[in-house]
Amino acid sequence: MPYVGDAMINADLPQEAEVIERVQETHSVFNLRLMFTNEEVRQQYSFEPGQFNMVYLYGIGEVPISIVSDPMDGHMLDHAIRAVGRVTKGLARLKAGDRIGLRGPFGRGWPLRLAQGCDVVVITGGLGCAPVISVVNYIIQRRERFGHLTIMQGVKLPADLIWRDKYELWSKAPDTQVFLAADADDKNWPWHVGQVTELFDGMVITENTIVMMCGPEGMMRACIHELHKRQVADERIYLSMERNMQCGVGRCGHCQFGAHFICRQGPVFSLAAVRSLLGEKGF
Amino acid sequence: METQYFLPRISLQQLFNVLEDRGYQCIAPGVRGDSIVYGPLRDSAKLPWGYSDKQRPGQYQLTKTGGDERAFAWSNGPSSIKPFLFKQQEILWRVNKAENGRLHFQPEPATTAQALIGVRPCDIQAMLVQDKVFLNDNHIDPRYQGRRANLFTVVVNCSYASGNCFCVAAGYGPKAEHGFDVAMTELHDGFVVRAGSDNGKSVLQSLDLKQASPAHVAFAEESIMQAKKDQQRDIPSPENLRNGLLAQQYHPRWDHIAERCTSCGTCTQVCPTCFCHKKVDFPALDGSGAEHLREWDSCFSEQHSYVHGNVVNKDKRSRYRQWLSHKFVHWLEQYAVISGCVGCGRCITWCPVGIDVTEELHELCSESDNDR
Repeated sequence: MPYVGDAMINADLPQEAEVIERVQETHSVFNLRLMFTNEEVRQQYSFEPGQFNMVYLYGIGEVPISIVSDPMDGHMLDHAIRAVGRVTKGLARLKAGDRIGLRGPFGRGWPLRLAQGCDVVVITGGLGCAPVISVVNYIIQRRERFGHLTIMQGVKLPADLIWRDKYELWSKAPDTQVFLAADADDKNWPWHVGQVTELFDGMVITENTIVMMCGPEGMMRACIHELHKRQVADERIYLSMERNMQCGVGRCGHCQFGAHFICRQGPVFSLAAVRSLLGEKGF
Repeated sequence: METQYFLPRISLQQLFNVLEDRGYQCIAPGVRGDSIVYGPLRDSAKLPWGYSDKQRPGQYQLTKTGGDERAFAWSNGPSSIKPFLFKQQEILWRVNKAENGRLHFQPEPATTAQALIGVRPCDIQAMLVQDKVFLNDNHIDPRYQGRRANLFTVVVNCSYASGNCFCVAAGYGPKAEHGFDVAMTELHDGFVVRAGSDNGKSVLQSLDLKQASPAHVAFAEESIMQAKKDQQRDIPSPENLRNGLLAQQYHPRWDHIAERCTSCGTCTQVCPTCFCHKKVDFPALDGSGAEHLREWDSCFSEQHSYVHGNVVNKDKRSRYRQWLSHKFVHWLEQYAVISGCVGCGRCITWCPVGIDVTEELHELCSESDNDR
């Protein structure tokens, strides 16, 4: 599994990157396609889905953003970002040709090696949840290496769904099922209205299933409850956690979750590793 | 056993001189304001000769010893040696923006040669604990490493323990066993000294000292024993701490603490092992560049657990619990050291409301066998 230090250029110093393209995905989510300007850095850099970069906006600061592009996608690094804070709102104003700083990649990604040959269930919630989209992309590109693929996504409002065309495309891929749910109804929402947890009965879950999920912790806990009812073991459920992350190397102390530093031992954990504190208030 | 020498009191200045000649900036304790703190010091006469202290939960009182005036008859003041290796605020890198919008990132060097004279054993131990944080296999912090590699330490074993000291219970002190260049124990006429490193050996050689007499050595050991005997505080065993703190997340005592705690974060600022820090960007007014800094942070601040619009640790109860369980339990798993606490007692002394960590630990862990 990738770890801090692997393929690391300089964990402490950002490298200059150029904004190649900026795409508005929803009213608040945009995608920045970035490329390191230094050829040597481009050659040395590699990542695995689920890992993140610290993205530096000149004169403002850094934010951790997961990488959603495919590891084999040349040197283009896609970062889906929700404009919510000081830095991300500033990043939202960037345009092609602008320069920013990048440090990374940090953390451990999804267990894609372990998942080979398994039936994969990918569950996301909230606004898009970029970390698992990279997994879906990865599997769709290498469809023959994996078993049945289930993609499940819940959003509050239909307008919050990003990459809508992709979901439509994915639902037509071989041996793949897509389940979408929105809390509120809309004329243009052909899918389920309600919670994602109401869709589990239609899912393919075998003893060979491996689950990867990301989203609000309340949603993840509700899904874990459904998965447990269907005898999925904690060791086969992986989730991407999020806390305040500033250094990326497990030193600034903000992202502690029990003894774990989420930026270093995570952000992807097996449920077995984090279950004791998941959902406990104040952790 | 390393040879023990005797450094007459009158020759203490020579130690400062030798270290300065070797290119070190000497840093030593002195009385500043109403407490003993570390700072640049060239003149050994300005050490806190004749000073001691009385410490109780939430109280620190500097006192004059009278009679036999020693330089190190006190126990730790508010400042540890932490700020000399892990600075309270420092520039990590600078970025310049060229006319064409290109960004150039430059790391900021950090290689000052410092000699810390008069360090207490608990602070040496705290430094060894912080070494695990900043110099571990996963990632080496270049700034800490730069300063650590150019550091010379003179530890002075304790002959006095304040009312808040508990280094013995924490599993260390009051005698430094390793991690220093030179160790001294103060007597009425001088110091019993020994080297703890090759660098320390070389410095002692240039002082041309006589071997300590058996009587000097015996006196030195006796005075350290006194500092050990002075200590009244105890903490639960690592096993009880683990079982207690982790099982007692909803113990009513946390609420009792939260009623008193002001969430000021002083305990984390005076703690010699706390390492949390935040990153801050300072842009130049003319827009040509920015400095990227790190500053000490505290898990008692609201921003500490902020994540996209939410604060995870909203109340004092959960912040104190985070601090205490990290310090006494999670540290072991993170860094393979007994705990993040070396028993210096600063968090007890400098807490404005006198919350006593040793008392809280006993309250929280005493009923760990009961089901709650």
